[in-house]
Amino acid sequence: MSFPKVRVPYLLLLPGFAFLFTFFILPIINLAQTSTQTPVDGGDTGQYEQTLAFSNYIQAFVENKEQFGRSFLYASLATIFALAIAYPLAYAIAFKAGKFKNILLVLVVAPFFPSFLLRTVAWKQILGEEGFVVPGLRSLNIIGEQTTLTSTSIAVVAGMTYNFLPFMTLPLYASLERIDPRTIEAAGDLYANGITAFRRVTVPLSMPGVVAGTLLTFIPAAGDYVNAAILGSPNTKMIGNVIESRYFKIVDYPTAAALSFTLMVAILILVTLYIRKAGTEELV
Amino acid sequence: MSKDPITARGDLRLTRITKSYGDFTAVDDLTLTIPKGSFFALLGPSGCGKTTTLRMVAGLEEPTVGSIHLGDTDITTTRPYQRPINTVFQNYALFPHLTIFENIAFGLRRRGIKDVKEQVDKVLNLVELPHLAERKPTQLSGGQQQRIALARAIVNRPALLLLDEPLGALDLKLRRQMQIELKWIQREVGLTFVHVTHDQEEAMTMADTIAVMNEGKIEQMGSPADLYDNPETAFVANFLGQSNLIKGKIDGNDGDNLVVDLYGQKISMPKKRSHAVDNSLYAGIRPEKFRISRLGTPVKGNTLTGGRIEDVSYIGVSTQYVVAMPWGQEVMVFEQNDDGVAPFDKGDEVNISWEPNFTFGLRGDEDIEAGTEVNPEELEEE
Repeated sequence: MSFPKVRVPYLLLLPGFAFLFTFFILPIINLAQTSTQTPVDGGDTGQYEQTLAFSNYIQAFVENKEQFGRSFLYASLATIFALAIAYPLAYAIAFKAGKFKNILLVLVVAPFFPSFLLRTVAWKQILGEEGFVVPGLRSLNIIGEQTTLTSTSIAVVAGMTYNFLPFMTLPLYASLERIDPRTIEAAGDLYANGITAFRRVTVPLSMPGVVAGTLLTFIPAAGDYVNAAILGSPNTKMIGNVIESRYFKIVDYPTAAALSFTLMVAILILVTLYIRKAGTEELV
Repeated sequence: MSKDPITARGDLRLTRITKSYGDFTAVDDLTLTIPKGSFFALLGPSGCGKTTTLRMVAGLEEPTVGSIHLGDTDITTTRPYQRPINTVFQNYALFPHLTIFENIAFGLRRRGIKDVKEQVDKVLNLVELPHLAERKPTQLSGGQQQRIALARAIVNRPALLLLDEPLGALDLKLRRQMQIELKWIQREVGLTFVHVTHDQEEAMTMADTIAVMNEGKIEQMGSPADLYDNPETAFVANFLGQSNLIKGKIDGNDGDNLVVDLYGQKISMPKKRSHAVDNSLYAGIRPEKFRISRLGTPVKGNTLTGGRIEDVSYIGVSTQYVVAMPWGQEVMVFEQNDDGVAPFDKGDEVNISWEPNFTFGLRGDEDIEAGTEVNPEELEEE
């Protein structure tokens, strides 16, 4: 059996397409169907029938406005903090680390070796009464005797910042490392002082890394529920926590599905606007 | 002291500059004056310290010892962005995120000039690429990027323009063309150009004055013709073109000439072209200065007898002969193909002769191989 050459690329695409169809397209369709279902009259808990109840969306959103807002606020804060920490870190590794470059990169990734859950639980210890952070801040009179850090939004944002830091650092490093140091020297040669050269040359040339890093941090952070569940309180619930409890505790599949869909669309819109604004397609 | 270095103009003076990295001395007690308005070349093999010297002038490195003056202003420790000096980098180092227009306008804008259009357009016309203003650097060919890098530097009308192997990445044909253009542009804009290269032909084509560098020191400085016709060291004799260096002894004086004994045969050469310090000397003759003649043919000038043609290579414009001399040395002879036929064959017994004034004399204790080795690092750069 022989195939014309033009078909070969399509044949190569087939396994990937089959995989995505089975595990992405079909579940999405299923999710969309579920999101418009309504409970069966007199049925058991968790028994739903297919209607076209788009009101599920309105109801789900109205009931959970606060958690939606909080998700995007926390995710934005975590992204900003992660960027603020990762940029100098990636810059130092790319330009100043010399022979320690590889060791430092391994150290950036090292926190990924233990599980996500374990790391987050560790933060609970660090920020708890027995950790060194709270007594330290108390002795410096930065926080009062009654103030705690666990079960606060600070803890949730801190946990998210920490957990997604490598996702920010690695793309930033990759794009900073690609910058030819001679372009920065050239800026100095052309009357730009250190700050101007950084602002006019280094930052614009690292924009692909900034965009990739912020997306890789913001998107999972907006849907995250582990940090809020472990480090937060009922007052710091994010939309991920709501979806989780609707699915597994209340067994309210339609609302959970509607919330998931809304979150997905909201992220998609935000990301599209962001990429437009950042203008990455202009960059090399 | 209150004078702003950015306004400094005049000759560039390097005074007793040394640059060391740990145990390694890249530039060793270098003193050099580059006159305002000249096209100056620093020529040498890789690792000779020429690029380090350039980077110290640009302000990208600081000398370990010594001072750099531009006119009356000491700029030894002045930051690069405060020097009236611009560089054309080896790989051009154009800003990939900016258009060609903005690349060229970069320096003007940093100095607070608002209306840059006229100046940028003018310099784009000078390098004959006005139609590329809105492109990005990656959309340009190597030769075009080279011109833009030049335009980006000269638009600032610096007191000094530094060129770091600017043509190294171009192919031979384009390089030849750019050599002529660069020279023309230098005359047109009247700036001081300091050009660093390991390509002797490039330096000779463009520069008014060449300083040949070796191991952190200047071997010899002068016009291309001076360096070629009267090299003072074996390194210069070999690095700029090819030389035949024949061991000899100074045997006496004859007016303004020296009588030199080359393996028992007497020749004559001008006293002032000898750089020997005692009686021992190497007589240097460029291959194209030799004439070959059959035994018995009367010839003028210095003559060495007893040669035998070892090899003949016809290369169109000239024929290159390898002639074995009686003392075992092989000398190179380039003969113009005036009559279109190679008149000598392998094995012919010949005399070689030359005009005494073309002889140069080197110290007898020189390493005659200096400057002939091909540096493997340099081949990689190519």
